[in-house]
Amino acid sequence: MAEITVDNTTISSAGAVSLRELFAGFFQIAISGFGGVLPWARRMIVEQRAWLDDAEFNEMLSLCQLLPGPNVLNLGICVGARFQGWRGSVVACFALIALPFCLVIGAGMLYVKYGDLTIVRGVMAGVSAAAAGLVIAMGAKMARTGIHGLRGAAVAAAGFTAVAVLRWPIGWVLLGLIPVSLVLALAFKK
Amino acid sequence: MKATSPLGSLASHFVLLSLLAIGGANAVIPELHRVAVDQNHWLTNSQFVDLFAIAQAVPGPNVLIVTLIGWHVAGVPGAFVATAAMCAPSCLLTYGVHRAWHRFYLSRIRLLLQRALVPVAVGLVVASGFVLTQAAALDWKYVAVSLATALVAFGTKWNPLWLLAAAAVLGAAGWL
Repeated sequence: MAEITVDNTTISSAGAVSLRELFAGFFQIAISGFGGVLPWARRMIVEQRAWLDDAEFNEMLSLCQLLPGPNVLNLGICVGARFQGWRGSVVACFALIALPFCLVIGAGMLYVKYGDLTIVRGVMAGVSAAAAGLVIAMGAKMARTGIHGLRGAAVAAAGFTAVAVLRWPIGWVLLGLIPVSLVLALAFKK
Repeated sequence: MKATSPLGSLASHFVLLSLLAIGGANAVIPELHRVAVDQNHWLTNSQFVDLFAIAQAVPGPNVLIVTLIGWHVAGVPGAFVATAAMCAPSCLLTYGVHRAWHRFYLSRIRLLLQRALVPVAVGLVVASGFVLTQAAALDWKYVAVSLATALVAFGTKWNPLWLLAAAAVLGAAGWL
């Protein structure tokens, strides 16, 4: 695969991005990211600031989406570590979470104070329904890029049924589903 | 005051969930709902969907729903503990794996993991959307709003904030 670059041949090397720049960049991602931060992360990291080229960003992102936990924080960990070691990771994650943390608590306080007003109830009910739809769309987009055959579709359907229909605890579902999915991925090329 | 009990409970639930969230925080909504609404009665169903809507409407990572649940249960300390518990284990894991990254860069093991885990994540995220849609559905009109939003968000590159705003207007005007 010719487009893959290894660390020492990419456009920026370790240390090329300072802690201050990491903070500014991830802060920008955090406050831009309404309902999904990852598209903004690509824009900032690859297009605007050119910290990483497209190939390295994609590799890093696929690792971050593979691992559990909030994907964009994982990305902050990886990009931060790439340029400034563990300090970079800490700074990137802090920049991602600090302001949204305060904003969401502020919004929560407003909700407690005004949540019983009729108009606020109406707004919240409408926004809740739309927010649920956004999550469905996110799953559908993941399926469009990540599922190519019957094997993947069957695993996704099994996970969906166990969690959404049967309402089994997610820990047990993953304990059963991940080994099965691994065996299927080994057995079938598609 | 049993001050440590809610914080300890938040921490123990979210530490585990952090490592189960394959596909991100939005993959574990059904589990959050189970833990917060059914099991511990921290929130009613309607409070849960309201808090989720607030978390979506505020800029930032999806993990904010966990911040709000922690805040609701135990104030600002609860928000800190819940957020830290949800983030720290997965962040440490990512940091560790990232350092070993070159050794299995494009190796067969990583590709295999990717092929196996992406469908799992898809199943979890769609399940989250389904559970949220159900929880937010006061009647059929809300289901229609959820599905319409899903279709538009899937088919276009519009900023999702416009879709939330449109639904807010519908709700405020009393058309739902």
